[in-house]
Amino acid sequence: MKSRTINVDYLARVEGEGALYVKIKDNTVVDIKFKIFEPPRFFEAFLRGRNYTEAPDITARICGICPIAYQMSSVHAMEDAFGVKIDGQLRALRRLIYCGEWIESHILHVYMLHAPDFLGYPDAIQMAKDHPDIVQRGLQLKKAGNDLVALLGGREIHPINVRVGGFYKVPTRQELAPLAERLKWARDAALETVRWTATLHFPDFEQDYEFVALRHPEEYPFNEGRLVSNKGLDISVHDYDNYFIEEHVQHSNALHSVHKGRGSYFVGPLARYNLNFDKLSPLAQETARSVGLSHVCRNPFQSIIIRSVEVLYACDEALRIIEQYEKPDKPALEIQPHTAVGYGCTEAPRGILYHRYRIDDKGMILDAKIVPPTSQNQKTIENDLWQFIPQHVKLSNDQLTLQCEQAIRNYDPCISCATHFLKLKIERE
Amino acid sequence: MEKNSPQSHQGHKEISKHETQNEYPIVIVGIGNTYRSDDAVGLCVAQHLKRQAFDCVNVIEESGDGAALMESWKNANTVILIDAVHSGAQPGTIHRFDVHTQTIPTNFFHYSTHAFGVAEAIELARALKQLPKNLIVHGIEGKCFEAGIGLSLEVEKSAQEVVKRVQQDIRNCSPWKCTEYHEIK
Repeated sequence: MKSRTINVDYLARVEGEGALYVKIKDNTVVDIKFKIFEPPRFFEAFLRGRNYTEAPDITARICGICPIAYQMSSVHAMEDAFGVKIDGQLRALRRLIYCGEWIESHILHVYMLHAPDFLGYPDAIQMAKDHPDIVQRGLQLKKAGNDLVALLGGREIHPINVRVGGFYKVPTRQELAPLAERLKWARDAALETVRWTATLHFPDFEQDYEFVALRHPEEYPFNEGRLVSNKGLDISVHDYDNYFIEEHVQHSNALHSVHKGRGSYFVGPLARYNLNFDKLSPLAQETARSVGLSHVCRNPFQSIIIRSVEVLYACDEALRIIEQYEKPDKPALEIQPHTAVGYGCTEAPRGILYHRYRIDDKGMILDAKIVPPTSQNQKTIENDLWQFIPQHVKLSNDQLTLQCEQAIRNYDPCISCATHFLKLKIERE
Repeated sequence: MEKNSPQSHQGHKEISKHETQNEYPIVIVGIGNTYRSDDAVGLCVAQHLKRQAFDCVNVIEESGDGAALMESWKNANTVILIDAVHSGAQPGTIHRFDVHTQTIPTNFFHYSTHAFGVAEAIELARALKQLPKNLIVHGIEGKCFEAGIGLSLEVEKSAQEVVKRVQQDIRNCSPWKCTEYHEIK
């Protein structure tokens, strides 16, 4: 019996650390383990006994790539707990800062991490030698997102201007004006990005996924909406724990989230797009159609185009918000803490990010639950590999390894979020 | 910007013209994550250097996002990076690289939470011919990268040594007369 194993101990170009183990016997796949290590719930434990006001800044440290998502889910959960509703320009500013994060996170993945797979380069450095202009465009686009986050967040990395109830400071119209100029360039560059990514070659690969995303009656979702799916789910964020559970899986210390009674589900750009195409701006819809996409896309390899469409939307939406912006009278609403439980779920670049907090009468956090998007996609990633590998089983180990890595990168897995920063322990067989 | 930040909310500051446009000829970048034990050492060194007012030096802190790093050193003549590394050497070992004459092993920054991190930023800048004229990397061998706060003793000691070495690097940049500094009380 001919047996071979593929063991990728360290997955390159995946945020954080992860490993993949594949066992093949006589050209039949007999075992696949996509490993993520250790969710010690360090941050959840760290939050216990802290004041509710500290949650946005502490949770922002969980991920250097999507701190805004953590801040947004935590402030919305706290405001939900204390019965406060943010609206008007403060609400718009929150959408605006989220646009910045989507731009920087998506562009990093599209240009630096995923595009080299499609163009046959081992990494963006080699790609830059042949395509310097494309890589430069990616870097400039990312900067447009960074600038937006830096202005509203106080700084690019681990922004600290977001607070429960609003912001510590809010910008004037004049302060936002220079951003609009850069965003107009970014919108054109995003449009070029959609056209460019659509020319890449995509494997023919689709599964019967359950896509889960927020849906809001009036807008493409960032911070608010009901949790919906293409298989009939339609629930309030408050009911998340009744429908989704985290299961411990022996080979991976991160928890796998499953939809109770159904199993794996798919969150992120593809899910948002498929469930909210009609809420994209006319320019984003038109551009998607012009490159041959319909209102539904089930091929995860094409997520690189969908991310680009979302960047285009984020530039368009940011410009709309800046154009209509008037500085609010107060940067934040007053909060009166009391004993309560609060729920927040927002659309991080990689998909829904759920937070739940229980607070005492003095505003202290009694317990916290955080479910990052990568935990939710982990089972779907593994299912994809079970379907994908048998189709390519005759490739050499090196080739198959590259294809598997590309399939995993379709999800832009932020393993550092899912593992809460724990160290990788390499298992060799 | 309208101010409403409480005194206790440390660290919030206006983004200075210098920071956004990198008009300083020397940029020092401390890299790391406060909540990941020894990974914070680059930030600790940067914070120490920030308390010393050098003319023509900008000290900044970064999480290790490669694209942001490339932006942070744009237009600077001399860049000094300080980061925790994990190469298998004794904890506290100080590595020094002159990027123009040496290639940095990518596995040195294995524990970076970014797939596009320090080593990739340096090599991408090299490919795009965007390296600053001088780029020095001080790597401090970490011992513990588990979630947590605080440095190991060996790493703490080396951090103090790296502060001195960076001060010397700055003095060596005599064309910009950055030799004078004083402690900020």
